[in-house]
Amino acid sequence: MLEIKNLHAVIDGNEVLKGLNLKVNAGEIHAIMGPNGSGKSSLASVLAGREEFEVTDGDVTYKGQDLLDMDPEIRARDGVFMAFQYPVEIPGVSNISFLKTAVNEVREHQKLEPLSARDFLKRTREMQELVQFDSALANRSLNEGFSGGEKKRNEIFQMAMLDPTLAILDETDSGLDIDALRIVADGVNKLHSKDKAFIIITHYQRLLDYIVPDFVHVLNDGQIVRSGDKNLALELEEKGYDWLKKEPVTS
Amino acid sequence: MRTENEIIDDFTTREYEHGFVTDIDMDILPPGLNEEVVAFISAKKEEPEWLLEWRMKGYQAFLKSKMPEWQNFKAPDVDFQGISYYAAPKDQPKYDSLDEVDPELLRTYERLGIPLEEQKLLAGVAVDAVFDSVSIATTYKEELGKLGIIFCSMSEAVKNHPELVRKYLGTVVPYSDNIYASLNSAVFSDGSFVYIPEGVRCPMELSTYFRINAQNTGQFERTLIIAEKDSYVSYLEGCTAPQRDENQLHAAVVELVAMEGAEIKYSTVQNWFPGDEEGKGGIYNFVTKRGICKGDRSKISWTQVETGSSITWKYPSVILKGDDSVGEFYSVAVTKGKQIADTGTKINHIGKNTKSRIISKGISAGYSNNSYRGLVQIGKGAHKARNFTQCDSLLIGNRCGAHTFPYIESRNKTAMLEHEATTSKIGEDQIFYLNQRGIDPEKAVALIVNGYAKEVLSKLPMEFAVEAKKLLALTLEGSVG
Ligand SMILES: Nc1ncnc2c1ncn2[C@@H]1O[C@H](COP(=O)(O)OP(=O)(O)OP(=O)(O)O)[C@@H](O)[C@H]1O
Ligand SMILES: [Mg+2]
Repeated sequence: MLEIKNLHAVIDGNEVLKGLNLKVNAGEIHAIMGPNGSGKSSLASVLAGREEFEVTDGDVTYKGQDLLDMDPEIRARDGVFMAFQYPVEIPGVSNISFLKTAVNEVREHQKLEPLSARDFLKRTREMQELVQFDSALANRSLNEGFSGGEKKRNEIFQMAMLDPTLAILDETDSGLDIDALRIVADGVNKLHSKDKAFIIITHYQRLLDYIVPDFVHVLNDGQIVRSGDKNLALELEEKGYDWLKKEPVTS
Repeated sequence: MRTENEIIDDFTTREYEHGFVTDIDMDILPPGLNEEVVAFISAKKEEPEWLLEWRMKGYQAFLKSKMPEWQNFKAPDVDFQGISYYAAPKDQPKYDSLDEVDPELLRTYERLGIPLEEQKLLAGVAVDAVFDSVSIATTYKEELGKLGIIFCSMSEAVKNHPELVRKYLGTVVPYSDNIYASLNSAVFSDGSFVYIPEGVRCPMELSTYFRINAQNTGQFERTLIIAEKDSYVSYLEGCTAPQRDENQLHAAVVELVAMEGAEIKYSTVQNWFPGDEEGKGGIYNFVTKRGICKGDRSKISWTQVETGSSITWKYPSVILKGDDSVGEFYSVAVTKGKQIADTGTKINHIGKNTKSRIISKGISAGYSNNSYRGLVQIGKGAHKARNFTQCDSLLIGNRCGAHTFPYIESRNKTAMLEHEATTSKIGEDQIFYLNQRGIDPEKAVALIVNGYAKEVLSKLPMEFAVEAKKLLALTLEGSVG
């Protein structure tokens, strides 16, 4: 589904991705871990199409297309979703009417009719239920005055509504309380299917108790320095990252 | 002063310097302004003598007035002698079918969702008999007539209700108020007149159905609305469709009078031609709008969405004379390209327990300049008067400017005044967030801007609000990136 080859990206004159390779197949869950500043969010931003990042080398193919050639909104409509590490606030824009616009943009792209008000409401209710998202929050202005945890849960609610093919969650677990963490993980597990893939960026092995990844990768200094299965996460929990930083690059 | 007849006689028989023989039947006056021109307009409209005299006083005041200098932009030099002050209203359609109209204009109408027949009227195309705006207008006027409501053009009002016009004209905006109000008093072409009798709630938004009729009333419109005791009226002015006009200077005057317990809601959507990219050829919109809450517990609200004109310069104001009266001002002013807006309000608290609320949302893009200017005056007798002012500015890009000039003059210690101001920028990160959810940059800006202006848009009558939202989106198209 997604294939990243030798990806190099620069922001403000700093190279933040330095030859990154990653292959994600449909149905897989990949976890990406790594120290602060190692380039995890940068990777997510490049995949989502953030303009500030300049790709200087490498290719990314998504469902057989050149992902880097697509505008961010086209990527989104084609099923790429990113849950932001720091979701922004947009005052005065109601969460629900924003979502309705987004859902219908995606549907239009898929050559589907826009959802009727009734069907949209029905879907909203179902998804609110699924990720246990408070309806009072759904009706407020987009993220305005939301607590850190509420913002993260809103990201998951939006993901549920948009039903993406490839979801990239950037530290969605940070700032969540234990119950919320389980709810979010449950949501991800319910949405997961054989034709969907997840890339989950996290600092905590704990999340991976709930969402069991097929692969765990360690990102350091703009490259994946180690890949393994879920046991790698346990090992990291125990030993930290230092032992990997010193090792030569493998792929 | 000479009598009306002398002036007209003199005027109609005299030869112009340029060998032009004036003729009372002619449809357009050559450029120029003098007493004869004022007299000609009055004669052409068959006005009573008192009105001619009043116009003449306006003209004298105009001659004595100086151009204001306090504004936050360089006022253009207006050549008052270069303007023609009278043109007969034209009924002649310009085109036979929509095919002849500029496709760009039609595209805009379409996107604003304006019905086809209305598009024709706006673009100056001959209309089918099926959609006869005059007959529709007549039907509604009959309905209103049953309630005793008078809704007609100013000229008709002068003919049919001279006592009302004479009693109220110039009582809120005197002919000597400012240079443009004086000019308007001298040469006003036409405008609307509304009278709501005691205890009557006007059952429809006035002018919704008549907005086409409001076309071609010219550059010196004069509107007067009187709401008697315990009555209510909501009046809509303008049109979301882009309006072009040969006349560059627009100097309208609007006067509102609310008696005890009466309420007047006045909503404007202004989308006059803003000029080309350099701002050339755009309209100067210099309007004087003022309302008086004469009676106790009366209320006046101004709501405006200003997107057009190359320069917008206006301060819809309220005089809160009656005790417990309320004045409101809700404004969204959008500027882009090289547009200039210097707008705001003036609220004069005179009565006890008077309240006012000012919400101003400026949005600037491109190289434009957007200023809020507000004056809240609390008089000696305005015990426990209250004002809340919020003026927010939203910037799109780095080259535009936003300024706020809130002034307060309080002469009563029991008054309570609150003021809030914010300036924000549409962030790349906000736009990207929406992009990431499948929403393209244009729509993203539209969403953000409509969210920002929500409090003001929600004050507009429903159908107007829908159009105004589309208009904001359309206006800001191409402002990002
Ligand atoms: N807008 C920016 N301008 C300049 N440098 C940036 C910018 N964004 C990211 N960087 C730099 O890129 C590097 C990678 O940052 P990134 O946010 O990808 O790290 P991360 O792995 O997500 O870290 P964390 O675990 O703290 O979230 C850091 O050195 C960071 O300072
Ligand atoms: Mg990060």
